[in-house]
Order: sequence, then structure tokens, then C-alpha cells
Amino acid sequence: MFLAPMLIVLGAVALFPLGQTIWFGFTDASLNNIDAARFVGLRNYIEWLDYGNGQGEWLGLLADDRWWRAVRNTVWFAVVSVSFETLFGLIIALVLNAKFPGRAVVRTLVLVPWAIPTVVSAKMWGWMLHDQFGIINDMLIKLGLIATPIAWTASADTAMAAVMMVDIWKTTPFMALLILAGLQMIPDDIYEAARLDGINPVRVFRKVTLPLVMPALLVGVVFRGLDALRVFDIVYVLTPNTDATRTMSVYARENLFDYDKFAYGSAASTLLFLIVALITIGFIYLTRMDLEGKETD
Amino acid sequence: MSLWKTLTLSLAASTALAGFVSADELNIVHGAVGRDQDVLRANLDRFEAETGHTVNIVSMPERTTDQFAQYKLWLAAQSADIDVYRLDVIWAPQLADHFIDLTEATADIIDQFVPAAVESQTVDGKLVALPMFLGAPALYYRADLLEKHGKPVPGTWEELTATAKEIMEAERAAGNSELWGYVYQGAAYEGLTCNAMEWIASYGGGQVVEPDGAISVNNEAAVEALTLAATWVGDIAPEGVLNYAEEDARGVFQSGNAVFMRNWNYAYALVTGEDSPIKDDVDVTTLPAGASGQGASILGGSHLGVARYSEHQDAAIELVRFLNDTESQRKRAIEASRPPTLSALYQDEEIGARQPFIPLWQPVIDNAIVRPSAPTKADYNEVSSEIWTAAHDVMSGEMEAGAAVARLNARLSRLKGAGW
Repeated sequence: MFLAPMLIVLGAVALFPLGQTIWFGFTDASLNNIDAARFVGLRNYIEWLDYGNGQGEWLGLLADDRWWRAVRNTVWFAVVSVSFETLFGLIIALVLNAKFPGRAVVRTLVLVPWAIPTVVSAKMWGWMLHDQFGIINDMLIKLGLIATPIAWTASADTAMAAVMMVDIWKTTPFMALLILAGLQMIPDDIYEAARLDGINPVRVFRKVTLPLVMPALLVGVVFRGLDALRVFDIVYVLTPNTDATRTMSVYARENLFDYDKFAYGSAASTLLFLIVALITIGFIYLTRMDLEGKETD
Repeated sequence: MSLWKTLTLSLAASTALAGFVSADELNIVHGAVGRDQDVLRANLDRFEAETGHTVNIVSMPERTTDQFAQYKLWLAAQSADIDVYRLDVIWAPQLADHFIDLTEATADIIDQFVPAAVESQTVDGKLVALPMFLGAPALYYRADLLEKHGKPVPGTWEELTATAKEIMEAERAAGNSELWGYVYQGAAYEGLTCNAMEWIASYGGGQVVEPDGAISVNNEAAVEALTLAATWVGDIAPEGVLNYAEEDARGVFQSGNAVFMRNWNYAYALVTGEDSPIKDDVDVTTLPAGASGQGASILGGSHLGVARYSEHQDAAIELVRFLNDTESQRKRAIEASRPPTLSALYQDEEIGARQPFIPLWQPVIDNAIVRPSAPTKADYNEVSSEIWTAAHDVMSGEMEAGAAVARLNARLSRLKGAGW
């Protein structure tokens, strides 16, 4: 009874659009005739096009190389950037957890990248990484690390790295904050006991800090993983339309709006949803097993 | 009952009257580069003073690819928020349904416009947008550097490549380490489609998709053109050109760091403007020729359409007419170096004196190539995306030109199916 309003709101803002997107994926909808969409079965996902002479080819999303390239890009982006964010976040959280003068100020300052809207920071980094006017190239050249400017966002080799770097810069504070909250939950007396027993700090970190902060850390990883798998804005602002960095969301948007293939784009969005859901469920399942393994140690 | 009727009628009459005399608030959406926005605002201020309407500018990203997606969203949602759209020259066939027919509203003035421009905006007899300005790209070059090194203005792409390389190397040896030979629009977007189509057409490789819808790109000339373009990147052009749009190229050129630049006409007002470090050293010429012996330019330009969903269509039509009258177009030509759409202005003395290239550009515009948006209709964006992807893959070295052209041909054929 008390849940009814919440369920209704949730249904209206989450389930209804989701259901509609899934439905459009099975139709021939285009932006200009959304109301006149007709059911076409699985054609947007997979279809055998018969040439009529015994030959033919598979068409549709599941047979589209560009889609699978986008999936690979997205997963690669998510794995690398979330790993670095977790590592850096952990280090920063450990530092911030120590007591030192001015800690409150530093804690606030660390959050600055997270507070800047992504589009703004992506644009900002776009200028900083510019091959001719960019400050990054200028600094690297003055330091003597490189001889000629690197075209960070233009070259296929570095474009993905540039996108990841901006994401890591932006999101590490978020991870640091979550992990810091976890660290502060650890009771001081455990550390005191360890110190009285004369256990060395590395061992304390491995046997006390890490297991106890693990739940908070994993929640952070799941949050970030979800976000990273849907990444859109950084890629769209920094390096639009290139095969090297096109992610699932960028691919879906491109079909939905640029190409007027609304149904095909909806199918891509549906697959995106499924892939994100599967990866998240898989991750939660795997890490739980892992955690239990540690507990029986 | 009759009292009720009288009341309603008089109410209706007064609303209608009020609607007629009262000032409307209009919104115009405008994807701008260079000085477009300033000139538009100045013209709008005059419009507001004369008519009492108010007009807000809704600004858009620089890349037309991005603008188009947003326009499409608004139009598909039948939004009444935007009254007047500035449309790229190629969009009329795809968006015709969303705009009102301007034929009647402009019947008295349409003869003064450049016929090809009007034709490009006419879809099945419907005038979708009133031509605002035209464009055909130019080759901008540093006259001072060419003179210093005793080089003529290049007439072919090979000459451009050789000249750029020679000047670049000589200048770099003399300490000008940031100088590049050639900058253009190499990012994966509509601008690269224009550049690539110009290279291919100037080599005699056709227009990728011909006006009758035939796909013609799979030929030796196209391969030759793209192969040459691929040699530029990292040699005479910075590697970053693979992510350059118009303003990125202008940024490099205007800071004095490039010998040649391909860009639209708007850049002329800026690179020769008061605050430009190279204002006395720049000159323009037509794009170089390829093996076919002729240069090719893509037709550009923007045109103003009134959305069918606008609630102030009369005022919007008034605005469209105003922004394209002689006074507004002269201002735009002089201050933003946008070639006008009124034929008479190409003989205008003031424009000729302030923007000397404009009178010379009339033949270039007359002979410009139109991108295949009319034959490919709703598929045009995907066609264009395939063209720029092929060019981008060749330039970034991911693919040989021959393979890229064959793949482009196959993909376009599949997209075309039984017919566009």
C-alpha cells in the first residue's frame, strides 16, 4: 500500500520508457513516423538477406561489425578506466584518512574534478590536448619528453587513451570518497590491537584494511562500472564519430538521430541495456564468491 | 444566446486584432562560425526596431552534423519553441515536410535570387527555405611566404603538396618550428565529406553518388586522390588534422602556422580582420585541380526556413524576408564575408571594395558540386558518414585507398538496395 506511489512513479519514469524502447526495437519506426511504427519481428537484430541466387548475407545488429567494435570499445574503456579509478581512489582515500593539518580543505579540493559537469571538463581537456595550442603538448615538449606535438584526440592510437585519461581524472574523486567512507567505518581499536601486537603496516593493510574496506570498494566499482558501460558525453565531446572510440551509447544515438534509423537505434539501446545488466550481474556474482573465499581463509 | 454569441465574437475579434498588432517573440536557431552571430544580432536589432517583434538567438554547435541531430529532435517532436531555422544547403530534401512552403510569401522577390540557390531549396515544387548566403571553399595561402620562397600559387594538388613541403622545410630550418604546410577539415564529420568529394571530383573521379543516384566512387581516380591526401597527414599537415573542423584549421592558419588552408568564405573576414596577425599576408584562390585538370568546390551555404509548428508564422516569414533583403545581405557579405544570394549584390561596389574575392567567386559558386542529398534522400546522413569514414580511414593509415573505396562502394550499394 505505502509502496504504491513509489511504484507508480518508478513505472512512469523507468519502466515505461524502457518498455517503449524495447518495443521500438521490434518495429520499423523512424523519427518522422513514430506513431505509424509497424512490428517487423527480429529484423533489426538479425536477418538473412537472400540474393535469390543461393547466396546471401546476414544483416542486422548482431551481424554488424561496427556494433561489435563499439561493444569492444566500451568494455575496454570500462575495464581500464574503472581499474585505474579504483587504484588511484584507494591511494587517495588512504592519504585522506590519515590525520594531517588542513585535511578538510584537501578533502574538499579533491572533489573539484567531480563537481565540474562532464561536458565542460571534456571540452576543457579537448583544448588542453589540442595538438597545436594545447598546454599538455607544450609542457611535454618543454620537459623534453616529446619532440613534436602529439595529436591526442585525433590519432587512432591515442584517442581512446585520451578519453580514458579524462574519465579517470574526473571520476577518481568519486571512488576516493566512497572508499574513504568505507575506511572511516573501520573501528580504531582493530588498528590499536594490531599495533600492540607489533604487526608491520603492509600486513595490517592486507589483512585488516583491505578486507574491511572491500564491500565499500566493490559498491564503488559496480557504480562506476555501470556508468562507464554507458559512457557517452566524454566520447561525444572529445572524439565524435571515430571508429576508435565509438561506444555503445554513441552508436545508438548515431542511429537514433543522425541516420534516422530509430528502430535500429532502439534495438541497439536494448542490447546495451542487456549487456550492461549481464555484466553487472556477472560481476556481483563473481565478487561475492570471491569474498566468501576470503572469509573462509 | 445572442448575447453569448456577441461576446464570443467580439472576444475572438479582439484576440485576432491583438495578435495582429501585438509584438511577437520569435526564436531563431543558428549554427554559427566566425562573425555570423554578431552580424545576425545586428540585423535582428534593426528588425526589432522596425517591427516591434523581439527575436532570440538559440545558438548551436559549430559542426553541422551536431546541429542536424538537434534540429531533427525538435522537428520530430513538433516543437513550437523555434520559429526560424538556419538550414544547411543540403538539408532541404530531408526536412521538407517540417517546413512551410515559402513560394507564395516570397513570390514578389524570388526572381532577385541566384537561381541555383533557389533550386537547391525547392523540393517537389515547394520552397523549403529562402536562400541566405552561399559558399564555395577557397584555398587560403600565405602570399608573403610564397613570394619569399619564389613559388607560384599552386594550380594542382601535386604542386600544392610540393610547395607546402618545400616552404615548410625551409622555414622550419630557419627556426619557424611550428609551421605546417596545409590544414583542412579532416575530422570524421560532414566537413571531411566535403573535402574528400572535392579531391575525388578534381581527379575526375565523379561525385561519389551522381545526381541520378548511381554510385560512381569505385574508380582509379578516386583511389589516386585519396592516396595523395593520405600522404599529407603527418607530413605537410599536422596529425591533429584528423580531428580538425573549420575553426581548428583557421586557428592554426590564423596564428601564422600554416602555408595553405582549405576553408569556407567566412574565414576571409577573420584572417584579414584587424586583429589577425597575418592580415596583410593572406590571399585566396580557387581549390587546386587534380589529374582531370579542373578544380572542384562543394556548394555550401545556409538558408532560412519557417517551421510548420511555429505559432508566429507571419512574423517568422517577415523575419526571413528581412534577413535576406539587400541591406542585411550586404552587411553579412561585408562583415562576415558570406557570399550573398541576391544576384545583384555580386556587382555591388561596396562589397567589391571591402571583400574583393566575392565578385570573383560568382563563377566558382555557379560551378560548385552539390552533395548528393537530393538523390539519396533520408539516407544522406549515412551516405555522408560512409564517405567521411572511408576518407578518415585512408588518412589515418588504417586502410589502403583502394580497399577503402571498394568498401565504400559496397556499403553504399547495400544502403541503396533497390533504390534510394
